Amino acid sequence: MINRTFQLETLTCPNCAAKIETVLKKMKGVKDVEVLFSSSRAKVSFEEDTTNQDEIKKTIESLGYDVLGVK
Amino acid sequence: MVKISKGQRLIISGLVILLSFVSGYLNFNPIVRDAFMIAAAFVAGYPIALNAFRAIKYGIVGIDALVTLAVIGALIIGEYWEGAAVTFLFMLGAYLESKTLEKTRSAIKSLLDLAPNTARVIRDDKEIEIPAEEVMIDEIVIIKPGEKIPVDGTIVEGSSYVNQSAITGESIPVSKTIDDTVFSGTVIESGYIKVRADRVGEDTTFSRILQMVEEAQDKKAKTQKFLEVFSRYYTPGIIILAVLVLIITQDIELALTLLVIACPGALVISTPVSIVAGIGNGARHGVLIKGGEVIEKLGTVKVLAFDKTGTLTVGRPKVTKLKAFHGQEEELLKLTAIAEAYSEHPLARAILEEAGKSFENLPSPEDSEIIAGHGLKAKVEGRTILVGNRRLMEISNIKIAQEVEEYISQEESSGQTVVITADMDRVLGVISIADDIRDGAVELIRRLKTKGIKKIVMLTGDNERAAAAIANKLGLDAYYAELLPEGKVEMLKKLQDSYGTTAMVGDGVNDAPALASADFGIAMGGAGSDVAMETADVVLMSAELNKLSYAIGLSRATVINMKQNIYFAIAVVMVLIAGVLLKLVFLSSGMLIHELSVLLVIINAIRLLGYGEKNNDTAK
Repeated sequence: MINRTFQLETLTCPNCAAKIETVLKKMKGVKDVEVLFSSSRAKVSFEEDTTNQDEIKKTIESLGYDVLGVK
Repeated sequence: MVKISKGQRLIISGLVILLSFVSGYLNFNPIVRDAFMIAAAFVAGYPIALNAFRAIKYGIVGIDALVTLAVIGALIIGEYWEGAAVTFLFMLGAYLESKTLEKTRSAIKSLLDLAPNTARVIRDDKEIEIPAEEVMIDEIVIIKPGEKIPVDGTIVEGSSYVNQSAITGESIPVSKTIDDTVFSGTVIESGYIKVRADRVGEDTTFSRILQMVEEAQDKKAKTQKFLEVFSRYYTPGIIILAVLVLIITQDIELALTLLVIACPGALVISTPVSIVAGIGNGARHGVLIKGGEVIEKLGTVKVLAFDKTGTLTVGRPKVTKLKAFHGQEEELLKLTAIAEAYSEHPLARAILEEAGKSFENLPSPEDSEIIAGHGLKAKVEGRTILVGNRRLMEISNIKIAQEVEEYISQEESSGQTVVITADMDRVLGVISIADDIRDGAVELIRRLKTKGIKKIVMLTGDNERAAAAIANKLGLDAYYAELLPEGKVEMLKKLQDSYGTTAMVGDGVNDAPALASADFGIAMGGAGSDVAMETADVVLMSAELNKLSYAIGLSRATVINMKQNIYFAIAVVMVLIAGVLLKLVFLSSGMLIHELSVLLVIINAIRLLGYGEKNNDTAK
């Protein structure tokens, strides 16, 4: 299990945070997601053999949100 | 595809709408006018539709989808102006909201900018500049006037005035010299110092504060959780209503307008913006509040329980009097100091400090055992020595003579704490120790009472009489003395049961359990104390008492701000629904009201950044 924090572009509505959270939760291998509205971050824990950081990043970007960095 | 920014897109669609008006005014063919409007709707609507489409792929029908649907509907029924206006206003709203939201978060961002970037260290006898996070522990760092200290460390050479506002919120420079601790992020105003790095990179107090502030801003308030649940039902509810309206009245425009107002934007944003602004304001003033729920609770505190030593008092007890009942005063001090050599207790430190003035290189005790809450038992030069309070004497069956008891009572009544030294047969002597009351403590207690705190009490492990003396001086409502750490926890429970929300205020050094078990803990002088920063819900970075009333005032202001936002947002939602159903509000005006309300809520939160306690400075 890996934990990663994705720094997103500034989120402007709590609904956006909820949307990203819902989508990431549905991803295979993703165990836990918390999208923080005020700090515009997504905290994701996932199984490394099922998915990876890049895939999660791509999913967030496919929703139309830029990923500025990963920690 | 050509990428154009949101701002550019907004300007283009605005211009196209303008063109449409101009062509209408010049009496061009209406087709030209309508074509411009449709074009504008497409320019501004494209990213909305794109977002809607992206979300729908994952099975989510969001606000983007509803707006897109409403616009398509408007275009089909020939309401070109409405379609263009809705998309334009939606985009404009989102753009302005992101700009103003940044402002509410600016206080926290500005903290980030205070982080030190580079450090000058000595390596291989040469002074070199390296990134601050690459300094290694125990390395010697050189800091010149005007520079930021890049590490937490101890001064090994030089002295200076340091502006610690990054940590404590207090901008009056503090004098620091050899053996003093300095913090990363603070600035040297004058002087030149060399510092040995104790903590570097992410372990420094400053980095940890930053991490905690960043986490705090997203810890949701109870109200916020409730509103999120509400909005989860509100949006689908409005959609169903729209469908019903369409079926029953066959009024497409009415149904489409309902879709536009289906997002309770102002409502869901009402609490997070206030909280971010409130926490940001606090962080800039040396008050770290850990999240929305804490803010809500802090505003409703009924009882404040203070720890005595280090909180209401300076926390640097000093020996004021020595009294030997058998032998010499000097011998008493020496014996007690040897017995206490390993003790970390503040009273022990006072004794050791006093002994250090008269003796050099005192030997260590052969053996020592701490008896928690009572004192200790040590072996010195073959004798068993007891150092501690009355109860230690009782449980060790040492008789306290009448004469000794009278002396102790008299000392305690004048606010002294006494330490009794005995061997296994009798009391050898008594050492009186006192701790000064902190500056501004009396003023703080008075001010807290005007802020609606019902009861202000003191919890202390100290003796009854010393506690009474201090409680009287400060004007406290009650005091509870001779408490062990567990006793403090129990007393807090009782206070909670009888009066309601109780906050424990302590320095986090020896009251961590109490801080953790109160409804919430407030740690004072938290900078540098890990336990305090971790366990407390509110951390006052400096040891100044006036920060406490600032924290409470700020929380109240934040809660009020939140409530204003919520009531306003609810009113807007109701007005919108009523307006739509009464056919007073249509697509574009619905969107306008919606976006305006979101902006007003954010602007209201920005006001919190300016919160300040005016009499705060004069109180010192």
